[in-house]
Amino acid sequence: MEGQKVAVRITVNGTVRTAMVEPRTLLVHFLRDGLGLTGTHVGCDTSQCGACTVLLNGEAVKSCTVLAVQADGAEVTTVEGLGSLDALHPVQAGFWEKHGLQCGFCTPGVMMAAVALLKENPNPTEEEIREGLEGVLCRCTGYQNIVRAIQYAAKQLASEAEPSEQVAAAGGDA
Amino acid sequence: MIPSAFAYERAASVKEALELWRASGGSAKWLAGGHSLLPLMKLRLSAPPKLIDISGIDELRGVARVGDRVVIGALTTHRELATHPLIRETLPALSDAARQVGDLQVRNRGTIGGNLAHADTASDLPAVAVSLGAELLVATPDGDVVLPAQEFFLGPLVTAMPENGLLKAVSFPVPPGNARGVYEKFPHPASGYAVVGVAVTAGVDAQGVVDFVRVGVTGAADAAYRAQAVEEALLGREPTPDALRAAAAKAADDGAIAGDAFASEAYRRHLCTVVAERALRRALG
Amino acid sequence: MASVLGTAVKRREDPRLITGRGRYTDDVQLPGMLYACILRSPHAHARIKRIDVSQAKAAPGVVAVFTGQDLVGRMGTIPTAWLPPDSGIRTTAHPALAVDRVRYVGDGVAMVVAEDRYQARDAVDLIRVEYEVLPAVVDQEEALSEGAPQVHDDAPGNLAFHWKAGNATDEVFAQAEVVVRQRFRQQRLIPNPMEPRSAVADFNASTGELTMWLTSQNPHIHRLLLSGILGIPEHKLRVVAVDVGGGFGAKIACYPDEALVGFAALQLGRPVKWTEDRRENFMATTHGRDMILDVEFAGRRDGTFTAIRVKNIANMGAYLSTAAPGVPTILFGLIVPGPYRIPYAGVDVRGVFTNTTPTDAYRGAGRPEATYLLERMVDLFAREIGMDPVEVRRRNLIPADAFPYNTAMGLQYDSGNYEEALDKALAMLGYEKFREEQEKLRAEGRYLGVGVTTYVEICGLGPSQVAGAVGFQGGLWESATVRVHPSGKVTAFTGTSPHGQGEETTFAQIVSAKLGVPVEDVEVVHGDTHRIAMGWGTYGSRTTPVGGSALAVAADRVVEKAKKIAAHMLEVAEEDVVFADGVFAVQGAPSRRATFQEVALQAYLAWNLPAGVEPALEGSAFYDPTNFVYPFGTHICVVEVLPDTGEVKILRYIAVDDPGPVINPMIAEGQVHGGIVQGIGQALWEGALYDEQGQLVSGTFMDYAMPKARFFPAFETAFTETPSPHTPLGVKGIGETGTIAATPTVVNAVMDALAHLGVRDIDMPLTPERVWRAIRDGRDGA
Repeated sequence: MEGQKVAVRITVNGTVRTAMVEPRTLLVHFLRDGLGLTGTHVGCDTSQCGACTVLLNGEAVKSCTVLAVQADGAEVTTVEGLGSLDALHPVQAGFWEKHGLQCGFCTPGVMMAAVALLKENPNPTEEEIREGLEGVLCRCTGYQNIVRAIQYAAKQLASEAEPSEQVAAAGGDA
Repeated sequence: MIPSAFAYERAASVKEALELWRASGGSAKWLAGGHSLLPLMKLRLSAPPKLIDISGIDELRGVARVGDRVVIGALTTHRELATHPLIRETLPALSDAARQVGDLQVRNRGTIGGNLAHADTASDLPAVAVSLGAELLVATPDGDVVLPAQEFFLGPLVTAMPENGLLKAVSFPVPPGNARGVYEKFPHPASGYAVVGVAVTAGVDAQGVVDFVRVGVTGAADAAYRAQAVEEALLGREPTPDALRAAAAKAADDGAIAGDAFASEAYRRHLCTVVAERALRRALG
Repeated sequence: MASVLGTAVKRREDPRLITGRGRYTDDVQLPGMLYACILRSPHAHARIKRIDVSQAKAAPGVVAVFTGQDLVGRMGTIPTAWLPPDSGIRTTAHPALAVDRVRYVGDGVAMVVAEDRYQARDAVDLIRVEYEVLPAVVDQEEALSEGAPQVHDDAPGNLAFHWKAGNATDEVFAQAEVVVRQRFRQQRLIPNPMEPRSAVADFNASTGELTMWLTSQNPHIHRLLLSGILGIPEHKLRVVAVDVGGGFGAKIACYPDEALVGFAALQLGRPVKWTEDRRENFMATTHGRDMILDVEFAGRRDGTFTAIRVKNIANMGAYLSTAAPGVPTILFGLIVPGPYRIPYAGVDVRGVFTNTTPTDAYRGAGRPEATYLLERMVDLFAREIGMDPVEVRRRNLIPADAFPYNTAMGLQYDSGNYEEALDKALAMLGYEKFREEQEKLRAEGRYLGVGVTTYVEICGLGPSQVAGAVGFQGGLWESATVRVHPSGKVTAFTGTSPHGQGEETTFAQIVSAKLGVPVEDVEVVHGDTHRIAMGWGTYGSRTTPVGGSALAVAADRVVEKAKKIAAHMLEVAEEDVVFADGVFAVQGAPSRRATFQEVALQAYLAWNLPAGVEPALEGSAFYDPTNFVYPFGTHICVVEVLPDTGEVKILRYIAVDDPGPVINPMIAEGQVHGGIVQGIGQALWEGALYDEQGQLVSGTFMDYAMPKARFFPAFETAFTETPSPHTPLGVKGIGETGTIAATPTVVNAVMDALAHLGVRDIDMPLTPERVWRAIRDGRDGA
């Protein structure tokens, strides 16, 4: 087993990446050490803190508890692929606008979890947001501004979605 | 937190998986979602020399009604359990429990097969499995075997799973149509696991008398158990608040209740009754 | 132009952090970099009989293995930097790796350096250590008892120090009308910043320069201490700590593993990285609190407080960490009388060695412990004399016209209007109405309670002379440089080292307001010892009152010089120039003007400067405060206790804080939110547990309950703004108020909810089981 390497092909932020990895390579280490995508952080070892959250085929997962080989053939989105400075994702914009971060270490993971949360429930109540944040720990913010940031993002996403929905609805009618 | 090195193979079918397992000399472990196994391996509490990835095996997928049972593939994730229309309709206690497992990210990866086979004493799903009399369908090189859930959970991380077995699916008898199913838990503030979790599926007949009641308890004892004393106290009675309370008071009777640093045995016994009452009220109130 | 001070400017640090472009220490990747992993003791106390590293050395990828013996004489030991005077303090040798004895679970035994993380981790498992396990002691009171295992041979009786202060005598208590006594246990807490500690060291043999990226709250202090440990002159040692993922006190200390990484890089001539995992963080990063407090509180039946004294037995762990001795002594003892007129106060503090992880500062450091016992005692006293807890506080608060106010512990509080904050908070709650509702619900079997804390804290550490007098082995002044570039853009350098508190923004606001340039034109630089001459870092809510003040003074110096140049440009006397909103104008002739940017350019072109004025435009300040600052406020919490499970639900949380003039309300509010959550965390969930053998039972996030989003309602916050008379901007501090006030507020609320059952006190954390038992026992007793 020593030295076994397995070929993986993972689409990361839209770019196909191929590599030979040890089977035990954690997805988070593949991203950080292998691809230099250091926006995804490691905050714990027991799948609690959620700092390492990324999207795997569109679903939020803790990349410290996924092997790179398990992501073979999949699409991964990290914070680096979420939005750019000149085109922030509404969740990123919300975190900036509402002071949803302090030290910023948990933030990429929290934002990825928020993206997934809003995908599932585009118009969450405050309570639903707080419940939805079960899988992330933040030691700085007290969560209140994270909640506000996600509410902000929900509004942004709703207003972005509106025109296209109207178009879709119109198309459906015709 | 880095696991020890291991060899890795992917199985495309149950047959191939069992062959790979035999070829490993019986030392390999199955890898599905990895959410029970990988945390242990990262802490180096487990160091299997080989993992056989079963996540690509189609036979282990799918949710289907088969006669009076619902059969759920071992690879079904918690998220799917929580949202699948057939499960929500026929096994509401299961979807309610799955909804409360871990967190969003964990529910996306963790599977029913991994959850049950891992048999953490504080895991949520075993309460539902024992309460409804689920059966675990296990493939072995000598053929398939069926293990009743109530005889499956033997202790912390210990099950009746044959060493050479691969859990294929979990089969639940569909409760009568009048039954409501719920899962209530008192979560540990840190882990989110059940300090006590109670699954109830129950219903009343046209006269308002309980004609079906199944109760399972997890977290409280060294293994999930069916709370038959509670069931017996309710069956054939009207579910008045007093009756529910009296029945819930027996929720700790059928388990070997254990204490830990967070909750002593006495407190856990008490919690069993409180959580059971909450669950019964939701199901029958 | 309205001042940018007091406005919610969006954070300047955020763009890089929300796009994944922050650069935390573990993000640093260098060519040829090696990875270190540390073997840690599994025993709380043991003699090392033999270490065999041969297998580890032969393992794939391993470059070196170091043991404690290998370091003897080759690197220094880890120092303690706060030595309270007249305390008989014993600083025992703290080697970076244990040489012959391990003293806590997590004590470093050996370090492996390998080509990658995974290989380093694997090789650690191949080191064979033969231990002779010794009896361990984990409780500080037990450690002081006769016959207890001795943690250090040169600290007999395990006593690390014994410090006393104050004027409270036995006689004062003998003559008191009412004396209330209570023992409190400040449980051990684990700071748990979300970023684990990490270090990267890179030695350049050709320049002799060692660069270290560190998870540090105070890179210059790290440089100073590491320079001594590693024997590298300070000008050849560069410490970088720009993006740091939270600290909460746990990243103040200079740690053995950090020194080891520097040592390895020097030895091996290649860059070395080490990052702890969370389990190591639990074991080997400093813990907080852990004190046993016996309190006596005296007063009169009319509600007047007369005296307070405390015996504190503080668990220091196995070694005295960098700032640790100052926490249970100076930072705790001096604030014991709090915001009240209490003529007599006294503290007696024993610091004790045990076989546990060393303790050090944790958010609030000493002040939460003092505030907790005081506010709990005030409630117990109020109950004893049958007075409303708000009324009793109101009667004893130092009145607004009594400042500056000299306390029984020798401090001079700078300014305050304590009652204003109290009234504001009470109004936000509707106190009277709540009491009526409480009564009504109690009759229905629902247990609601309200807790009120009026607090004052010492912040803005601090005047250097005082630092010296209280045994801190450093100054606590702060440096700042405001460098104006020819275009009029500005770089502001600060010796503080924010790591989440937002000073890249608030400091830009200060400079922007002073110079009249847009906030976007100011870049704040921190956390790099090669870019900033000297500094003392970020802790003790000192960053804005001390570092911000330094920056304000430096900016004033820029304006002073620019004004001379402007006057020369405008051909008038300096006195005839007025400067406002970034424009120098001639008094009475506003059309004759020069913008700040034009003046900046002239300063650099230097073709035509007034006589005696040097080219360029830059101001520096080394600001030494004349006093501490004393933020204050009132926090109120409403809880409901569920009688059937003992769960505590927080229904409302109100915080009125007075940090002086607020520079950025959004950031200040964020600081309050975070502090409250940590404070409530201590009250309700958090607590480190050791078993009798010294094993940390709560060693993961599975066992140690970190506060989660769903535990809380939305908080209601507000500010009052009473300027400090002695800081240039009047600012105080806001970083710790939440942790200082929230813990007693919540516990007082729970005790209030259960008052009718006769429940007097419950040990923290108030877990459901503890509360349930108290209710049961209360009912039984009632």
